[in-house]
Amino acid sequence: MSLAAELAGVSFGYRPGQRVLENVDLRLGEGEFVAVAGPNGGGKTTLVRVLLGLERPAEGRAFLFGEPAHRFSRPRTLGYLAQRSVVGGDAPVTVREVVSAGRLAVGGLLGPMRRRDRELVSDAIGRVGLAEHADVPLRTLSGGMQQRAFIAKALAAEPSLLVLDEPTTGVDAESQESLAGLLDTLHSELGVTIIYVSHEFGAVEGFVQRVVLVRRTIVFDGPPGDLPGVWHDPSHVHARD
Amino acid sequence: MLETEFMRLALGAGAVVGVLAPAVGFFLVQRRQSLIGDGIGHVAFAGVAAGILLDVAPVLAALVAAVLGGIAIEVLRSRGGAAGDQALALVFYTGIALGVVLISAAGALNADLFQYLFGSILTVTRGDLALIAALGAVGMATVGLLYRALAGLAIDEEGARVAGVPIGALNVAVAVLAAVTVALSMRVVGILLVAALMVLPVSAAGRIAWSMRSTLALSMLIGLGSAVAGLTISYYADLPPGGAIVLVAAGAFAACGIVGALRGR
Repeated sequence: MSLAAELAGVSFGYRPGQRVLENVDLRLGEGEFVAVAGPNGGGKTTLVRVLLGLERPAEGRAFLFGEPAHRFSRPRTLGYLAQRSVVGGDAPVTVREVVSAGRLAVGGLLGPMRRRDRELVSDAIGRVGLAEHADVPLRTLSGGMQQRAFIAKALAAEPSLLVLDEPTTGVDAESQESLAGLLDTLHSELGVTIIYVSHEFGAVEGFVQRVVLVRRTIVFDGPPGDLPGVWHDPSHVHARD
Repeated sequence: MLETEFMRLALGAGAVVGVLAPAVGFFLVQRRQSLIGDGIGHVAFAGVAAGILLDVAPVLAALVAAVLGGIAIEVLRSRGGAAGDQALALVFYTGIALGVVLISAAGALNADLFQYLFGSILTVTRGDLALIAALGAVGMATVGLLYRALAGLAIDEEGARVAGVPIGALNVAVAVLAAVTVALSMRVVGILLVAALMVLPVSAAGRIAWSMRSTLALSMLIGLGSAVAGLTISYYADLPPGGAIVLVAAGAFAACGIVGALRGR
């Protein structure tokens, strides 16, 4: 199986002497649906930021589809939903405007959108079940629906690798389940590699093939069924931290 | 009012700036950089001072200084490790201090300075208006060309960064656009009030709009309305035009805020 992402002996800190990640080895195959879990402050977000080339490791190397992550030649094939994705300014933004931003790197930066781009935007909106809300201001929708809009934005770019950092923060339990089901459908229908980062992975446990637990280094890597019982309880994870 | 040429020219210049300033300010407001126009304005003041000292057209010197200041803020913000507000403060205070020192050296600390600080739209000539209109048209064309990219950055900068969108180049483009707008608006509302025309109509529009696109369109309409109404009021009530224009924009903000609140937004 060819690799979508690889970390080899990666250590990283935001300042000298600090170790947010220590000697991390991770290989993610193309087409996998993986949950990256662990306590808050355990290094999950840092791990994906290094993996996406947004941070350079102090030691070790990060690769995307076999290329060094920080100078990956096909960045437009990456979809990234950052932690607590919110629209920057105060202006109302419609779902369609959010999703259209996903075509920016792919469809060209200048001038109006082309027809094919508009079609892909509409497809992505339909795929996440927001067709009826396409032209509604995002802030009038629930947290779960807003996250769906951002997932549609990532999908509009037709990514090979989709990284979702804490996509269920502030989302009620029912919406978390439905979001997880949506990701499972996208994974099986589109074959896209998905990295789902969360301090809780209960919602996706039934769908992912693999769970990676991060606490500065990787403390577990395997199918969710093999996970020791204590790790299923996030409060326990915090207590041990 | 329209029978006097100076008012016709003033309305022409006011209309161009009234549309361009909010169009450029829109992208600053969306990225929570509302005060950048003010920072660039203070650097433009240093440019005016340098122009007077070196006997170069002050508006031209201000344009060059504003562009350099805008780029400096962006570079400091993105690469210097300084937080956005600190980068702005650094350029802001250095600009005003340099301006005071240069003005003093030129022996020009007098009433002439007021036309740059508070605007002098009633002295706009045909040549000035032609220049303002030409640069305004270039500015609007650039906004139109970059709208989708800049709106995309406002929506999700981190996602755009991962996808390889050239964020640095786009940020510099916004800084240059803002600098040109400041230099053009100097004649209309003055250095001290220029940022108000870039921010207030956008904030007002955001209270009643339903999408990014409608916010941009409404903010240009409010900017245009503020310029025309402010000039008209200043003509009949014998008030300073720059101040009147900005007060009308502030009134529009209050009105839109009330309308927005009544609609339960």
